Parts: sequence; C-alpha cells; structure tokens
Amino acid sequence: MIEIRNVSKWYGQTQVLNGCNTHVAKGEVVVVCGPSGSGKSTLIKCVNGLEPFAQGTITVDGVSVGDPKTDLPRLRARVGMVFQHFELFPHMSVEQNLALAQVKVLGRSVEEAAARGVALLDRVGLREHAAKFPGQLSGGQQQRVAIARALAMDPICLLFDEPTSALDPEMIGEVLDVMVELARTGMTMMCVTHEMGFARKVARRVVFMDHGEIVEDAPVAQFFDAPASERAKSFLARILRH
Amino acid sequence: MGEFDFSVWQPSLPFIRDGLLFTLRLTLVAMTGGIVIGTLLALARLSPIAPLARIAGAYVDLMRSIPLVLVILWFFLVIPFITGSPVGAETSAIITFTAFEAAFYCEIMRSGIQSVPRGQVNAAFALGLGRAQAMIHVILPQAVRNMLPVLLTQTIVLFQDTSLVYAIGAKDMLKAADVVGKNYNRPVEMIVLSALIYFAICFSLSLAVRQLQKRVAIIR
Amino acid sequence: MNYHWNWGIFLEQVKAGDETYLAWLFTGLGWTLAVSLTAWLIALTIGIAVGALRTAPSRLLVLLANAWVELFRNIPLLVQMFLWFFVVPEFLPREWSLWVKQEMPAKEFVTAALCLGFFTSSRVAEQVRAGVGSLPRGQRDASLALGLTLGQAYRHVILPQALRIVIPPLTSEFMNVFKNSSVAFAIGVRGMALIEARTRVPGLIARSG
Repeated sequence: MIEIRNVSKWYGQTQVLNGCNTHVAKGEVVVVCGPSGSGKSTLIKCVNGLEPFAQGTITVDGVSVGDPKTDLPRLRARVGMVFQHFELFPHMSVEQNLALAQVKVLGRSVEEAAARGVALLDRVGLREHAAKFPGQLSGGQQQRVAIARALAMDPICLLFDEPTSALDPEMIGEVLDVMVELARTGMTMMCVTHEMGFARKVARRVVFMDHGEIVEDAPVAQFFDAPASERAKSFLARILRH
Repeated sequence: MGEFDFSVWQPSLPFIRDGLLFTLRLTLVAMTGGIVIGTLLALARLSPIAPLARIAGAYVDLMRSIPLVLVILWFFLVIPFITGSPVGAETSAIITFTAFEAAFYCEIMRSGIQSVPRGQVNAAFALGLGRAQAMIHVILPQAVRNMLPVLLTQTIVLFQDTSLVYAIGAKDMLKAADVVGKNYNRPVEMIVLSALIYFAICFSLSLAVRQLQKRVAIIR
Repeated sequence: MNYHWNWGIFLEQVKAGDETYLAWLFTGLGWTLAVSLTAWLIALTIGIAVGALRTAPSRLLVLLANAWVELFRNIPLLVQMFLWFFVVPEFLPREWSLWVKQEMPAKEFVTAALCLGFFTSSRVAEQVRAGVGSLPRGQRDASLALGLTLGQAYRHVILPQALRIVIPPLTSEFMNVFKNSSVAFAIGVRGMALIEARTRVPGLIARSG
C-alpha cells in the first residue's frame, strides 16, 4: 500500500531525512516512533505530499507521490490524515467539517455527505455534538471528530501524526479506543505515536527513527523484547520507565 | 469670546443630509470595492508567481507612501485622460478611494491570511482540497473573521478620510457644511456642526467595533 | 493618453513672484519638514503622557485620558484643521482672539503644527497604552515593592520598557505625520502638496492661501 524507498530531505543545510526505507502493507498497522526531532512527523507528511522530499520515491497504492505529474489533491482525497493539533476548521460546525471535502472534493450531494457524517459521528460516539463548533468540544472529542472527518472520505489508508500528544492524559484513552477499533476492522494505518501500549496491542511492526534515519524496522514483539540497536534500547528505557 | 448663532443649523440640515448620504455612499462603495480588490492584491502578493507578487507589492507600497490628498488630486487630473472625457468630482472620488483603500485592505487581508496556522492549510490539503478550494473554504473565512475588527477600524478611518474630497470640490458632508456656512456667513457654526456629526458617527462605530472585538476574542 | 508633458515648468518663473517653480517646491518641502517635526515633538510629549495616564490606577485620570484620545481620533484631520484655524480663536478672550487673527506671526504654521501634533498625540497615546499593557504586571509590583513611588516606577521602569516595545509602530506614525502634513494645505500652509497641485492646475484650490 505505502512504499517508501531511499527518501532523503534537507532543510537548507540540515538533513532531516536520510535514506529512509519502509513499507506498510494493506491491512497492516505500522507504528513509527523515535525521539523528538528524529524526522518521524516529516516522514509521514511526505507520504501524502504535504512535505516535498529531495531524493527517493514514495508510492501509495501504486501512485508516485513525488512525481510532479501526480494529481496530489486526488491522491490526498484517498489518504486520510489525523494531526497532532486536530486541525478542525474552527469557523465550521462539526457536521460542516465532516461535509466540506465530501462535497467539494468527492462531489457527493449535501444530503449524502450529511448522512455519512452522522453515521461516522455515531461510530466515534459524538452524534449529539453534530451542531457544535470545535471550540466547544474537549480535545479528545475534537480528535475523534478529526478521525471521523478523515474516515468520511472512505480512505484506503490512514496517517496519524502524533494524534494523542496534544491531549490531556485523561482523554488519550478515548482516542486510542477509536484507533484500536479501526485497526481491528482491517484499516491500513501508519501511526507516529509514543503510545507503546497501542503499538503492542494492534501494530504489526514498529519503525524506530533517530536523526532522520530509520534505525530499526522490526515486528512488534522483537522490537520490544530484543531491540537490536543501542539507540532503540535507551529510547525504550526512557519512555517505558513511567 | 466671539458671537455664535447656532440657529443656522436648522436650515442647513437638508444639505447636510444630502452631503452625508454621499459621504456614506463613498465609504460603502470604497469599502466593498477596496476589500474585494484588496483581497485579490493580497492573494497576488502571496502568490508563488514572483512577477505577480512584485507588481502587487509595488502597487501597495506606492499607495501607502503617498499622501491621500495627492492621490485624490492626481486621479482627478489623470482619470479624464484615461476615459477620454471629464468625470465628475464624485465619480473621481469613488474610483480614487476604491483604488487607494484597496492597498490598505490588502495589507490587512495579507496578515489575516498569514494568521491562519499552517496546520489548517495542511489539514485542508490532506482532505484533498486544491489550493483555490482551501483558500476559499478554509483560509479566507478564518482570515476575515480574525481581521474583522481591523477591517472595520480601517473603514472608520476611510469614513473620516472621505472628507478630503473637499480638495476636488466633491459634494460630501464637509463641503455641504462649508457651502451653507458661506451662504449664511456662519462658517464657524457649520464647522462645529460637521465636527460633531463626524465625532458622533465615528465614536459610536468604534464603540461597536470594540464590543465585536470582545466577542471575537471569546469565540477564539 | 495624449497628455502634453512639460518638465520645463519647474524652471519657469512663478507668475506672481521672482522664484522658479522648483525653488517654490523646495520652499514647500521646508515647510512640510518644519510642520511635521514640530508636530511630532508635540505628539510625542502629549502622547506619552496621555498614554501613561490611560494605565494609571485613578479612574478619573483614565477617563480624561481616554476622552482625549477619542476626541482626536474620531474627527477627520481636515475638520480638525478647520476647527483650529477658524473656531478655536473664537473661544479665546477678545484681545487674544484679535491678536491671533491679525498679528500672530506664521499663523498657518503654528496652527498646522498644533493641529497635527494633537491629532497624532492620540495615536501615540494608543500605542504607548498598548505598550504599557503588554508589560508583565510584576514589573510594576516589583518597582513599588522596592519603595519607588508610582511616578518613579513609570519614569524609571515601566515607560523605558514600554517605549522600546512601541518604537516600530511609532516609526510608522512618524511617517504618517509627513503624509498627514499634506492635509495642512487646506488652510494655506505652503506644503509640498499645495504647491505641487498649483504647478499642475493653477487656481484649483481657490480657497487656500
């Protein structure tokens, strides 16, 4: 589904991605982790072309992201993304947030989009909040709406960019529950997250990044029980201590 | 202390009203046209096409560095050369103010557009919206909302600045007051009256903007 | 466009004088500079004082300072020029009024500089108030805790910091003073704007001068 080959990227003189190779197969959940500044957010934004990259290729469902001939809006309409800071549109109600791209990008009728929106709000447990504005919801609720907004496009895969790291601790659970439920339905997911419990529960592989490089790319059990590199060991020691 | 005779205010009212109507019309047209053209200029200034950005930038910088009185006078002299026939002071004023205010509204809209966080743009793109769609549905509505108090404050400034059409003899409120003042030989009283009217309108508008500002601050 | 350009006009003599138009323009530039700089000094002095008063702990002082700002912000500059020139002298005692109208030297200059200075002072005051407001409250408390009087706290601690913050907006206000000085043409100050207009269309501004 997602193929990342030899991807490198520079911000001026500093190299932020260095020869990254990995893949996410259909129906697979892959967790990307690493210390802050390791390039994991940059890498996941390269997958739907929000960040350009200088070298290498990324293909999603056979479409090359870096190819200038690729119709990026069309590709992005098929790849859902959930952001660290939710990025709901503050000037629109929850239902309008869900409907906008369905109508403007997929060309669905307003009624169809509304019906799909309500169904998805039901699924994330927020049906009664349809008429509210994002500012009236808690962080956890906003992030669930953001997931519903991505799902409304019937995506072939979902990208999560630290979906729980801007949330208060008591709200992390409700978002992870939705993500776990999604994984169980066979959704293809690439998740940048530090939630190791989530990784253990549903991920097939863990990709560990440091300084723009992919240091380890291993099945979950192997990553947690016998990490190969020193860097991964010390990272795990730091975040699992609590 | 001089001798004042404020009884001249009574017969002057119909003239003042007509003048005020022109002043308001000029303000509203220049505001609407200025915001529309100013937004287009802002989009041009932020566009990745360098020549377009440079031309829009040059226009805005030029307008912002020349005193409005001069622009009013120049346009009054130049417009007939472009149209080929003389236009009245009123039409000239409307064209001038729209063109001039566009530069100021442009800068407001530009900072409004830049005030929308990058993440919002990313989210719009991630949903598959194109550049134009993201601009129309996601960025501009938020830019206008964030900048609404500033846009309205600029409009109050514009309302005051319309008094400068006095320089080309357009019949706005100040001109009406001036004419009545001369006819009745009571210029001082008429200047006081026009000052009071301007103050009453501008002060209540700025109070309203302040209320709005509070509400916007709460929504955010 | 078939306008007949005549750049030579700058070297021709002014009809009613022995200067060239170019020399006339430079005289105008001098007046513009003089009016603007004087106005700026007035605006800074009053503006900083009024701006500081707007943050004072006395409700009466705040009210008065706010009234000052609203008064000068909500009347068009041109109307204010008329007020200073035609109306203010009427409110002076009779002898003063006569002196102002008939004998005061450089009447246009004084009027324009005062008007522009007071007008700009309201803008300066607004910036200064915002500057003081943006400082952490702890600065005032710390000064008072050291035993400074409120006046000393403003003089030595609060205003120096606030002024540093408001320098960028104040520079743009300074530019505005130059632009706004062109409005002074309306009462006949020999500003650039007037003279430039005259060289193009003699007799257009019949009212001035």
